Amino acid sequence: MSTTEEHATEAGHTGFLAIELDGAGWDGGDFASLAEAVLAVESAGFHAATFTDAPVAGRTNALQRAAYAGPVTRSIALVPEVDTVHTEPFHVSTQLASLDYVSGGRAGWIATAAESPEAAAAVGRSDVTGAALAQEAAASIEVSRRLWDSWEDDAVIRDVATGRYIDVDKLHHADFETPADFAGAGYSVKGPSIIPRPLQGQLPVLAAASLVGEGQVSADGVDAVLVTAPTPELLAAEIRDVRSRLGAPVAVVAELDVVLDSRGLAAADRAAGSESGRARYAGTAAGLADLLESLLVEADGVRLHPASLALELDELSRLVLPELRRRGALRAPVPGGTFRDLLGLTRPASRYTDSSAATAAGN
Amino acid sequence: MTQHSGAQSDVFVPTGKLQFGVFFQGVNSGTIWKAAESGSQTDFESFRRIVQTAERGLFAAFFLGEGLRLREHLGRPHALDVVGRPDAQTMLAALASVTTNIGLVATQNTTYNDPADLAHRLSSLDLISRGRAAWNIVTTDNAWTGANFRRGGYLDHADRYRHAEAFVETAKRIWDSWETAEGPAGRVLHEGQHYTVDVTPRLPRSAQYRPVLFQAGDSPEGRDFAARQADVIFSAHPKFDAAVEFRKDLVARSLNAGRGANAVQIMPASEFILAPTADEAAAKKEWVRSLQIGPQQAVAYLEQFWGRELSAYDPDGPLPEIDPVVEETSETRGSGFHGAKARQLADQWRAEAKDKGLSIRQFVTSRTARVDATFTGSYSAVADQLAEYARVGAVDGFNISPWLIPSGLDDIVNHLVPELQERGVYPTEYRGSTLRENLALATPVRSVEAARAL
Repeated sequence: MSTTEEHATEAGHTGFLAIELDGAGWDGGDFASLAEAVLAVESAGFHAATFTDAPVAGRTNALQRAAYAGPVTRSIALVPEVDTVHTEPFHVSTQLASLDYVSGGRAGWIATAAESPEAAAAVGRSDVTGAALAQEAAASIEVSRRLWDSWEDDAVIRDVATGRYIDVDKLHHADFETPADFAGAGYSVKGPSIIPRPLQGQLPVLAAASLVGEGQVSADGVDAVLVTAPTPELLAAEIRDVRSRLGAPVAVVAELDVVLDSRGLAAADRAAGSESGRARYAGTAAGLADLLESLLVEADGVRLHPASLALELDELSRLVLPELRRRGALRAPVPGGTFRDLLGLTRPASRYTDSSAATAAGN
Repeated sequence: MTQHSGAQSDVFVPTGKLQFGVFFQGVNSGTIWKAAESGSQTDFESFRRIVQTAERGLFAAFFLGEGLRLREHLGRPHALDVVGRPDAQTMLAALASVTTNIGLVATQNTTYNDPADLAHRLSSLDLISRGRAAWNIVTTDNAWTGANFRRGGYLDHADRYRHAEAFVETAKRIWDSWETAEGPAGRVLHEGQHYTVDVTPRLPRSAQYRPVLFQAGDSPEGRDFAARQADVIFSAHPKFDAAVEFRKDLVARSLNAGRGANAVQIMPASEFILAPTADEAAAKKEWVRSLQIGPQQAVAYLEQFWGRELSAYDPDGPLPEIDPVVEETSETRGSGFHGAKARQLADQWRAEAKDKGLSIRQFVTSRTARVDATFTGSYSAVADQLAEYARVGAVDGFNISPWLIPSGLDDIVNHLVPELQERGVYPTEYRGSTLRENLALATPVRSVEAARAL
């Protein structure tokens, strides 16, 4: 245990905890409202909340739920899943940039690409399968990133003397075209974005590790990956494996289902039921603290999927998170920090900054 | 839920009341950015302040426009006007958490959205806001905007309302298909010329059943479309006589569409320049106009129509004697370009300016300032004027575009609203918590069988 603490302290590499809020449902589930649920996880000390967008009856749009949570929270990162395959990349980019504005720079994006004949039929497209899914995801991420960069940071000048609100040299056409070997129907996006550059410059993009790598979404396209293994025991090995496959710049977030002894109910009795394919911890709060401490040595963060948001959150906020903080395994929340800050990412310059400077110099 | 007595009747009955909406423009030359008190058009705090001020003033609705491509001027984004705005529904979802009663209206295009996706997102906003969402339905037909979307420019001008109507019908079927207790009623199918939809709706109805529908088109096709589909029309006719005419026309079209005389409400776009006295208001108007249209903007405005650079012309001199470029080139795009009509338009404008003795700047100000839509005067005089609209039922309310962000509603809420309340023509409290209740619209109940039969 002491080596763990040394490692964490030496590297300055304490981890963060995210929580999947979907159990809260559109109306907050056990909570009176979504606002109450997100405030509860923020005050429990979670660093990020994620919002699922799987096509389940009764579930509202994930990005809008994240946006709703923006103004009522102060430090927690808000990270919705947004599909890349059956959506309009231009809309997705604008919506995500807007989420960054309404959350004060705390937005992220879990870019998803799932085979879904239902989603395809809903928008009148033929089903996208296999390798084409990753190609759609890569294209959508690239379009968004270009559009986010399409306004340089100082494009809005409000220069009263010349009457200019913007400096048009600092706005750029994204000029995106799908690659020649694109499996789906190719498209192009002209740009620029209709909204100035997001507060973070670029929102952190997350994707399932299984979607990232050679021949899929390139590791350069994402900032973090979500790593899944069938059991808690196999999770650490899988994290190491993904890290060596993708290289250091990509943050690694481990996925863990959690069922805790709570309110006199044994986790073992509550654990029956749905199979998510994720590693599952069922047991005491103390046991979970030990497991998370060991996982946070390997991973940059862990995302918890509680069986019941209300029940697990009770235990997590009273017992698990305080214990992890006491052990120095959790990163301190940064007041006014961005999601990029949490991931240890600097704010990048727009990719167009240099080219426009060169153009200006050439003129 | 309350409704107008005339909603199902064939005789129009004035309600004697007005309601306000606020249109946070975010873009164009109407919003002043050059004054010391001008705030950001994109910071969340600007939106929060405007919407909370509107709610304090018991406004029925907060509107956001939609941008799908930045306006360009001579092949580049336009430098002179306020530009850049957030996605409407994302911003409204955020504003839902800091408001409780005001309606949240998203302008969303039927051309570059997918019906199932848009219906789901609007329904999400409606549930998240507990029954306060609305959709301002607009159409686009140009390939230039389509360059940002998968489908590209696929729709002819003539097709846009036919397409929009099929889109709205599909959205309504999606919303109507899930009754409270029964869950989803099955798939909604639509096979059309331009797209095919096959979707199993996922969301229950909201506290107001489904999003309220606004529509903003003014052509005969647009008015008929509104008469058939919309709850509120966002008109361009605020002047008294024109408003009365428009009401007559819309009532006739509503009856023709098989709906009641009061079925569609009218809220014209408007601008208010108010002060304690008439003289102060007149002076304020001069100040507002000089900041809305500066010398560079006046010349740039003409460049949009001329299709060529005119920077050599003096904004305080006469209109350019040279002719516009007539060919439809890719040089200039956006709200203004009229292609082959440009030369005719230039002749007409030169004659008008000469006739009235107007400089470029004066002429452009007269064209761009919402002359018809502006109410200028003392609080009490404007309140008297508005009370007359309410008395005869010329309109159901006004959709106000503030010329200053974020303080632009302060004088309206602090001074005009109390004057209107004293005259008994403005609400003194919200009727309910949904937009449909606050607009006193009928509940659009449809049985599962009726929805299936569509």
